[in-house]
Amino acid sequence: MIDLIKGTLIIAGSLFMLLASIGILRLPDLLTRMHATTKAAALGVMLIMVAAAMHFAETSIVARALAIVVFILMTAPVAAHVIGRAGYFVGSKLWSGTVKDELRPNYDPLTHELKSGMETQENAKRQPRDTDPD
Amino acid sequence: MTGAIWNLLLGLAWVMLSGDFSGLNLLVGLVFGYISLVLIEPQLASLKGYPARVPRIIGFVGFFLKELIQANLRVAFDVLTPPWHMRPGVIAMPLNAKTEMEITMVANLISLTPGTLSLDVSDDRKVLYIHAMFLDDEEGLRRNLKEMEHRALELFR
Repeated sequence: MIDLIKGTLIIAGSLFMLLASIGILRLPDLLTRMHATTKAAALGVMLIMVAAAMHFAETSIVARALAIVVFILMTAPVAAHVIGRAGYFVGSKLWSGTVKDELRPNYDPLTHELKSGMETQENAKRQPRDTDPD
Repeated sequence: MTGAIWNLLLGLAWVMLSGDFSGLNLLVGLVFGYISLVLIEPQLASLKGYPARVPRIIGFVGFFLKELIQANLRVAFDVLTPPWHMRPGVIAMPLNAKTEMEITMVANLISLTPGTLSLDVSDDRKVLYIHAMFLDDEEGLRRNLKEMEHRALELFR
């Protein structure tokens, strides 16, 4: 019974890793590729580590497997965020099927200033004052 | 924080006194430590809120794992079938998180769930820009993200 669970976990984990690599090949642009690789690979490693912990069932190995899972969960999203952000601002093209982009109008490529879009609404509602410069 | 340290100390004391140095026994010790902390919570101000936080953390981990697997399967389906079902786009999410630490946690959690990737925070820290893979149901996605943020912030406050 436990062998069956361990086997299922390892196969599911490797399938998720395989999906991540197929995703890199198939997906159309940088950001969607980041989606496929980081998350599917993180889930794959998690499943394999759970299977390893169940197989050895010793305190030291369970602790190490847990530590690996925690480190993966801490580092994978940071790496994905940094690569995706750098790629976006360097100017990698979004896929032609992208339906909306609320960031582009708020970003100033000259000053690298990123507005929130909240202040424009406030500005729209604000009444003009005498002290305002023209 | 004091609650967590006391819980750990009580768990270790249980392991020492029972003389059985195994992971399972430590878990038993932690559970008994937690129960005793629940019982003395009304008498100690420094423990306030700790007992309520533990089930919340467990609930959050469950909720997060459910989201992780569900969304991973969706991305997997789209990668494997030839036509693209995805409608990617960048959306702006207003943040309830105030401090840098909270924003980091929320952004990381959003990056971890498949289908959403946090791109950047606006300079005034009010809006998080997120690249989402499935924008068919934008309202539903925003509601999901808000629920995730709300649950994550509950753990820290």
